[in-house]
Amino acid sequence: MLDRLLGLLKVRRLAKAIMMEPKDNVATLLADAEKGEVVTVTSPSGKTTIDLRARQHIPFGHKIALVKIEKDEKVMKYGEVIGETTTPIEQGEHVHVHNVRSITWGKFK
Amino acid sequence: MSFMGYERPDGSVGVRNHVGVMSSVMCANEVVLRIVEQASGSIPLTHNQGCGEYAYMPYNTLAGLGKNPNVAALIVVGLGCEIINPKSLAKDIAKSGKPVESVVIQEVGGSRKAIEQGVKIAQKMLEQASKIKRTSADLSNLRLALECGGSDTTSGIAANPALGKAADMIVKAGGTVILAETQELIGAQHVLARRAVDEKAAQQILKVIGKMEERMTKAFPIPVPLIAPGNVQGGLTTIEEKSLGDSYKAGTSPIQGMLEYAQIPKKKGLWIMDEVGFDPESVTGMIAAGAQLVAFTTGLGTPSTFPIAPVIMITGNPRTYEKLGDDIDIDAGTVIEGKEAIDDVGKRIYNEILAVASGKATKTDALGHKGSFAIYWPWPVPKQTTNKRDCR
Repeated sequence: MLDRLLGLLKVRRLAKAIMMEPKDNVATLLADAEKGEVVTVTSPSGKTTIDLRARQHIPFGHKIALVKIEKDEKVMKYGEVIGETTTPIEQGEHVHVHNVRSITWGKFK
Repeated sequence: MSFMGYERPDGSVGVRNHVGVMSSVMCANEVVLRIVEQASGSIPLTHNQGCGEYAYMPYNTLAGLGKNPNVAALIVVGLGCEIINPKSLAKDIAKSGKPVESVVIQEVGGSRKAIEQGVKIAQKMLEQASKIKRTSADLSNLRLALECGGSDTTSGIAANPALGKAADMIVKAGGTVILAETQELIGAQHVLARRAVDEKAAQQILKVIGKMEERMTKAFPIPVPLIAPGNVQGGLTTIEEKSLGDSYKAGTSPIQGMLEYAQIPKKKGLWIMDEVGFDPESVTGMIAAGAQLVAFTTGLGTPSTFPIAPVIMITGNPRTYEKLGDDIDIDAGTVIEGKEAIDDVGKRIYNEILAVASGKATKTDALGHKGSFAIYWPWPVPKQTTNKRDCR
């Protein structure tokens, strides 16, 4: 029913992402998101926490920034630090190897 | 909270009631299999160790498996000249109060006589075991082994977090949960150490996982085995993220400390077992430490099972559940499809654990899978120095 309504209004389907812990500043996509698509972010309990627009195509399993993250700032997922940014990241941007570095990885020489 | 289990003489509670036939050395494997063939209902426990310079290492594993509360009674079948003495092993396991006997092939006069004797004993044990009934047992008696295999992107965002919720519930109810596969925790050791119950446990975690990190770095000059191109393509950005996603299946309970392979935890709660090995080896260690059942997350699907403990298979990948559903008990892919919240899948897994503990057959149980059992060989301790076993 909702699908048909959305179809009639020519509104894009809502993509979904999941935020693992309240401290996180990224969410992981549960389906591909196109550039400009609205992404609904849910928490593990199923409640919607935020709606935001994907700034570029972000594939399933990849991460989207929930807020603006400055350069050299910590990226938080699972309530813990999973890396550091190498460049400032805007809200809604794709977060991955091109703008995040591992902190432990430096030990692997 | 409680479940219906089999109470053993030493107070431990099993979720299954197996009569096991175990070889103390690989040379006795065939006799074990023939005994099991004729003693319908008994379970074979065969492996490829028991002799040579390092035979003392598998001893604890075999003893632990025999002492596991899922085993009602056990026959140890030995050859007679192996390093692991079958009679001593049997006596050790018999301290648990359950019926344990040994059959030594060289003593009784060959395989045929050994099979005959073994079948007689097994049939007597099966009869005795059939009289034991399930009674109500507190959840604090439960030890859950956690394992993952064939992981993919959905593991870290659906299957593992959901299992983690269930693991938290088990620990809160007084039970024990064991996480293993040290190499899957590299990059997350500081996080795990922070969750340790005390400074000693924290240091243990940092030291043990740190040692594994060093070993991996020296063995593999590039990071590929730890975070493969496929992982990166799937969305995993850093080793921290991958390891945290893996450790998430153990939930957020405080960590009691690190266990050695097959070491029985002295306290309840969440423990980490130090080992790196394939799934059969990894699960064997936790069952030898007393785990009565296994919760296994998979992304791509696997029918992994274990001889004396039921395996609850969980996938977070909806496509895998569709294709390999015959082998999978829990569909956590509903999270990916947006149909269910992680918390709710977690509750479903918890309920399934209680049901399986009380007797419900898992999918792979119903298929009749016997499962594989392998003993971890902690390299770089060298394996046999020559190909020929040193039969003294």
